[in-house]
Amino acid sequence: MKSLADTKPIPGTIIFDGDQAIKGYQLNKMCFSFNKAENRDAFKADEDAYCVKYGLTDEQRAAVKKRDVLALLNLGGNIYYLAKLTGMFGLNMQDIGAQQAGVSLEEFKAKLLAAGETKNG
Amino acid sequence: MARLIGGIGSSHVPAIGNALEQGLQADPYWKPFFDGYKPVWSWMEEKKPDVAILVYNDHGLNFFLDTMPTFAIGAAAEYQNADEGWGLKPLDPFQGDPEFSWHLIDSLVHDEFDVTMCQEMLVDHGFTVPMSLMWPKQEARDQVKVIPLCVNVVQYPFPTAGRCLKLGKAIGKAVASFDKDLDVAILGTGGLSHQLDGERAGHTNREFDMEFLEKLKAEPEWLLKYSNYELAEIVGPQGVEMIMWLIMRGALGNNIRELSRNYHIPISNTAAGVILFENDAV
Repeated sequence: MKSLADTKPIPGTIIFDGDQAIKGYQLNKMCFSFNKAENRDAFKADEDAYCVKYGLTDEQRAAVKKRDVLALLNLGGNIYYLAKLTGMFGLNMQDIGAQQAGVSLEEFKAKLLAAGETKNG
Repeated sequence: MARLIGGIGSSHVPAIGNALEQGLQADPYWKPFFDGYKPVWSWMEEKKPDVAILVYNDHGLNFFLDTMPTFAIGAAAEYQNADEGWGLKPLDPFQGDPEFSWHLIDSLVHDEFDVTMCQEMLVDHGFTVPMSLMWPKQEARDQVKVIPLCVNVVQYPFPTAGRCLKLGKAIGKAVASFDKDLDVAILGTGGLSHQLDGERAGHTNREFDMEFLEKLKAEPEWLLKYSNYELAEIVGPQGVEMIMWLIMRGALGNNIRELSRNYHIPISNTAAGVILFENDAV
């Protein structure tokens, strides 16, 4: 997009722009379906068959299998939609925050608490 | 005529909904956050607004990426909450005010804001969490009618901060021209700094948030010097939600008083803020 043309990448950050939205459309569409309990049940019954039904790419299917949030983001997933997927694996926003930051949940929480105690968190 | 009596800026993360569900207001983790709402509760109790305009964003409950309106306004008699997929218990439906909604829509469109009109609209935690925060008791929530105004801060490009401030001004004008004896409050929700995605997940920015809160009353235009991309770098991609507070601020005009403010890190992965303005012009 032209409005992003002269921007420098933000370290550790993926902007969910048009390119990402195109790449992740089917993946996000699948995740949107998880608002409904019957679809969550169908996914749990046969994860990969559900992914195939939604037309996920091989890479996306592998990343779903690995519960790899960073890979899914790179493959076009949007974090709000991915939260509906990872929620089924018992992972909340702090769990996946820690996973993406590459630290333990305790370390992730401690970093946030520390930000609350400093002047420039 | 309807009167815009005040505005509130507030966070809306789902963890707050969980805390409310479990009654954790006095828990040491939550107390510094919930204590910041005490002045808001007293104000709501005293002023009892008839209608609230609630500015928020949907997180993939009502709107999917197939159709992503930049600004969408509810025009329904009732708004249902629903399962978002990860376990927050849906709340009871919220009462709308279709006549007022259509007045807002009519006024905004003739003011050159091309809004999407929604006669059916599911509302997610972005809407329900602020409702529960403003009016923790169901009886109190049942006393207020609410009009959802959903803003795209999910799929880049988002509306600019300047556009949000102007939309707020147009909403202020629309409220003042509604020929009904109503007290109206406006809520701008989301933010403050936070980042949910990427290796930098957990990023917050106290210094910037504090300056934002400090400038919001007298100099809301201060935020306009940053593009949404620059804001994503400074306050995190989800921290950009703070542009929705500018809609609230723009609606209020300049004859306002700040009655309270609170800021706390962390609530889940976010920096949480709340601010209360009263309109002296009405």
